[in-house]
Amino acid sequence: MCTVCGCGTATVEAGTGAAGEAQGHSHDHPHAHDHDHSHDHDHHPHDQAHHDHAHHGHSHDHGHHHADHGHDHVHRGEAIDFGAGLAGVHVAGLDQHRIVRIERDILSKNAAFARANRARLTARGIFTLNLVSSPGSGKTSLLVRTILDLTVRFPITVIEGDQQTSNDAERIRATGVPALQVNTGKGCHLDAHMVGHALDTLDPPPASLLFIENVGNLVCPAAFDLGETHKVVVLSVTEGEDKPLKYPDMFAAANLMLLNKADLLPYVDFDMTACMANALRVNPRLQILTVSARTGEGLPAFYAWIEAHAATASALAVTGTP
Amino acid sequence: MHELALTESLVGIVVEEARRQHVTRVNAVVLEIGAIGQVVPESLRFCFDAVTRGTIAEGARLDIVTVPGAGWCLDCGKTVTLTERFGACPVCGRHHVQMTAGDELRIREMEVT
Repeated sequence: MCTVCGCGTATVEAGTGAAGEAQGHSHDHPHAHDHDHSHDHDHHPHDQAHHDHAHHGHSHDHGHHHADHGHDHVHRGEAIDFGAGLAGVHVAGLDQHRIVRIERDILSKNAAFARANRARLTARGIFTLNLVSSPGSGKTSLLVRTILDLTVRFPITVIEGDQQTSNDAERIRATGVPALQVNTGKGCHLDAHMVGHALDTLDPPPASLLFIENVGNLVCPAAFDLGETHKVVVLSVTEGEDKPLKYPDMFAAANLMLLNKADLLPYVDFDMTACMANALRVNPRLQILTVSARTGEGLPAFYAWIEAHAATASALAVTGTP
Repeated sequence: MHELALTESLVGIVVEEARRQHVTRVNAVVLEIGAIGQVVPESLRFCFDAVTRGTIAEGARLDIVTVPGAGWCLDCGKTVTLTERFGACPVCGRHHVQMTAGDELRIREMEVT
């Protein structure tokens, strides 16, 4: 079970090769969410020296281990007062209620995995885009076209997220680049833990492009950092121009919006200006490009954006500082 | 959003912490939830009862502290109150506001025995 969302049956499907040759590693990590199993994770490069390895996924962001200094905490005078425990004061050997400070974000487990992924990707100069959208916006078609046009310039790998099937990964592999399908089972989004496993298997080369095609869903993927460089939200002109207002978090989390299916604009009632205004209202810094995966219209601007940011990513890996 | 998923993460952290502290029971858990966040407190409570069943936190009380919404208005150059997610600045009426509070999803503490 996934530690973050509890989705039951996430699987990483085998077969990363260009022609889909199996490379083993078809596991369905069956750990419960309150586990402390220890299995080797080489995507945890940070700060392992001072913490207990058995806690896979334990967050590192609280500087205060109560267990380390073994005294009871009776916090009186807090905003929320439980009567400071039944006893009110600490008496050795006397059982009493006590307050344990936790001060952790509920999403801290995912955040820790995402940090590890990001450190790993940044160190190797891998420019990573997390593509998010509603189902049917044309993410996979856009990706196939982009890969065909950019594969001569960059090594490219792809992580495909869907609830079921490996159809999308097969479409990507048909272009000749390695793709790994992650099935989230009951889950509605990819999380950083799944992506960490996918990176172990896929092993993207240094200074490459990594595309993560998230589960088609405009809600949940916004909240789950995967360790990507940027989120790219894809919206097609066959959807409503008020989608940025209906699902604002996704548009707020993204750095780039691609308005896809521009070739259909003459046939649909889609108010492009209103759509852009709505998107900028929830995210004043959002960059917007109008494209068509079918005709290729507007894609050179997207490629230029990728090349500029990918150059920065590989420079960062060399210099080590932003 | 996906309260069941969040609750499982919440209970995971609580149980992990409880085990580390060698406590016998978790009596209450205190959360800080942003007033203009995406979480529905009622839904969280419903899930909490279900997810804690059979764990050290079974039957624990869930206390939710609401954190009011606030944002930094880029045009006014100051912190303003927000009552709506991605809402307008109450002073200038424009939408150039970055949320700075009200989106919390945090476990503050737990009461244990």
